[in-house]
Amino acid sequence: MTWARKILRVNLTSGTVKEEALNMEWAADYIGQRGLGTRYLVEETDPKCDALGPDNKLIFATGPLTGTTVSTGGRYSVITKSPLTGAIACSNSGGFIGAELKSAGWDMIIFEGKSSSPVYLHVQNEVAKLVSAEDLWGKSVWETDKLLHEKHKDPQTRIAAVGRSAESGCLYAAVINDLHRAAGRSGVGTVMASKNLKALVVRGTRGVGNIKDPVRFMNSVAEQKQVLAENAVTGQGLPALGTQVLMNVINEVGALPSRNMQDNQFDGAGNISGEAMLEPRASDGKPNLTTNAACFGCTIACGRISTIDKTHFSVENKPEYWGNSGGLEYEAAWAMGADTGVDDLDAITYTNFVCNEDGFDPISFGATVAAAMELFELGAITTDQTDGVELKFGSAKALTWCADQVATGAGFGRDLGLGSKRLCEKYGHPDLSMTVKGQEFPAYDPRGIQGMGLTYATSNRGACHLRSYTVASEILGIPEKTDPLVSEGKAGLVKAFQDATAAVDSMGICVFTTFAWTLDNMAPQIDAACEGDWTVERLGEAGERIWNLERDYNNKAGMTGADDTLPKRLLKDAAKTGPAEGRVCDLDKMLPEYYELRGWTSGGEVTDDIRQKLSLPA
Amino acid sequence: MQITFKLFATLMRFLPKEAKRNVVNLDVADMTTPNDLISQYNLPPKEVHLVLVNGVYLYESDRNKPLKNNDALAIWPPVAGG
Repeated sequence: MTWARKILRVNLTSGTVKEEALNMEWAADYIGQRGLGTRYLVEETDPKCDALGPDNKLIFATGPLTGTTVSTGGRYSVITKSPLTGAIACSNSGGFIGAELKSAGWDMIIFEGKSSSPVYLHVQNEVAKLVSAEDLWGKSVWETDKLLHEKHKDPQTRIAAVGRSAESGCLYAAVINDLHRAAGRSGVGTVMASKNLKALVVRGTRGVGNIKDPVRFMNSVAEQKQVLAENAVTGQGLPALGTQVLMNVINEVGALPSRNMQDNQFDGAGNISGEAMLEPRASDGKPNLTTNAACFGCTIACGRISTIDKTHFSVENKPEYWGNSGGLEYEAAWAMGADTGVDDLDAITYTNFVCNEDGFDPISFGATVAAAMELFELGAITTDQTDGVELKFGSAKALTWCADQVATGAGFGRDLGLGSKRLCEKYGHPDLSMTVKGQEFPAYDPRGIQGMGLTYATSNRGACHLRSYTVASEILGIPEKTDPLVSEGKAGLVKAFQDATAAVDSMGICVFTTFAWTLDNMAPQIDAACEGDWTVERLGEAGERIWNLERDYNNKAGMTGADDTLPKRLLKDAAKTGPAEGRVCDLDKMLPEYYELRGWTSGGEVTDDIRQKLSLPA
Repeated sequence: MQITFKLFATLMRFLPKEAKRNVVNLDVADMTTPNDLISQYNLPPKEVHLVLVNGVYLYESDRNKPLKNNDALAIWPPVAGG
């Protein structure tokens, strides 16, 4: 077993912290992290509760492989009800704090209630206590991290915190750990701040042991690391160019949305691509990319560490941004770049830094700015709202101004912090919001990649690429190539990706392993590590169970099949250029088949038969 | 005929000096195929994964079919992200 078998329950209302045994029956069915955290949330909260009220809970959950030597085994997730969508939120992050929490002896922390004043939780192995954070409130994530490291005097202390955006109510605020890794989507940071919880500070020195069959485990882990090393994607492509290698690919196939998804290709894509990040710049001869970086236990190392040109307008008078920090990932570069029409690599690197510094989701932020730019160009938003800033597509200065505003919740930053759906409703054009269930799209146009349309429409946390990354098959040929412009067969593909990904997200490892591994590569590792017989079939069944549990939560929160839709722009307005020219997303052809494959009603509701088959709670 | 030839990611090292970023415009003989250019530029077969003509994926069996004037041929090694 590699579950620590212990939960830390923190009641922020009463200020109490207590230890509980992990429910091992649930662990057998839901594995850990995403699945097990969701099982606890379902058991303990009303899906109709106010996401920002004291009845919502905030769960930090590791998986059974978190903190082990399995490659990428450093993941944790934050599970709660989302204030952005009203659906389940589950945001996954790497870095080091997940493994640190496990090494301190805890599988999970459940925060409940609301503190009357700002606090942080300090965990030092088995000792956990709430500490006043009055002096930290109003500070950025980076300032908070610095002050807490100075206070606790141990450089290996790991910190997750919320920034000023969360404190000011930005609905897509993130939890940032280790300075630039993020549980980024769906506003999990907003929930954390609503509880007056500023930070989680962890130091664990116990290690992660209790391996079921240590020799078999070590052999299996070594064998599977070799698979990652020898795979061209995980061994070469991702370390060299990171996820940003996709910018040119997705543009070339005609599925790179631009200008709030009005266009499906972007002329400036090359300027903000992974390849561009390697080019020496004129001012100092250095490239944007300094080096790659790895999270705990990762042998892929896709992370980007970057610098901004010191002479760039965004930082010319701000030396605090001249050093290395977390650089651009593809989704962030798309949202803040292509979707806003901005092709200034330094500007979007700056806004990426600000997203990390003050903790907000760059995808939702960029897509919301794109919506605001379209509203501005229509005249629905004017310079009266923007302090005179011309919020036009392609304006790097407007983009960086928006990031500064959202970071602190100042002025128009409050409106931008509402997210695209509420912003477009407020200014009278709800159809211009490129969202599903209130969450902004990531970087793939479903007119050019049909399976992603169904992925977005049915994702349990609103529009999201990480719930079913059919791009791998439809564009990248992993594990096998399918035609991105064909909708036939995509319902089954989406279901298969959704179920497998739910299992991966529940083990404590990174979904990027799936570019080289399937469940066939994972099952031997978790089986050697954890009690019980972990087969591919069992992992797949657990994934399906987790997917249905999340869906059932959303149904009970009031969502139906009517919420499984896409903006009219993607269903009615044809793609303008490239291979997808003339196409819309054929969601109406895919959705009924998907419901049938799931065994749900024609209205998209989980049935009693499915609950019984998967042993779901009533 | 004129074609646009693009190499990305770790294949960039095979681009000729006159290329701008990832792109070079080539004057090639009629009936030139993607495989002809893959050979001519010494691209290692294992690194030739995504082969797109005008953004459309070419299966291996189609890579011996002639290109047309003004086609854009773009090639990547195995890549992924997200």
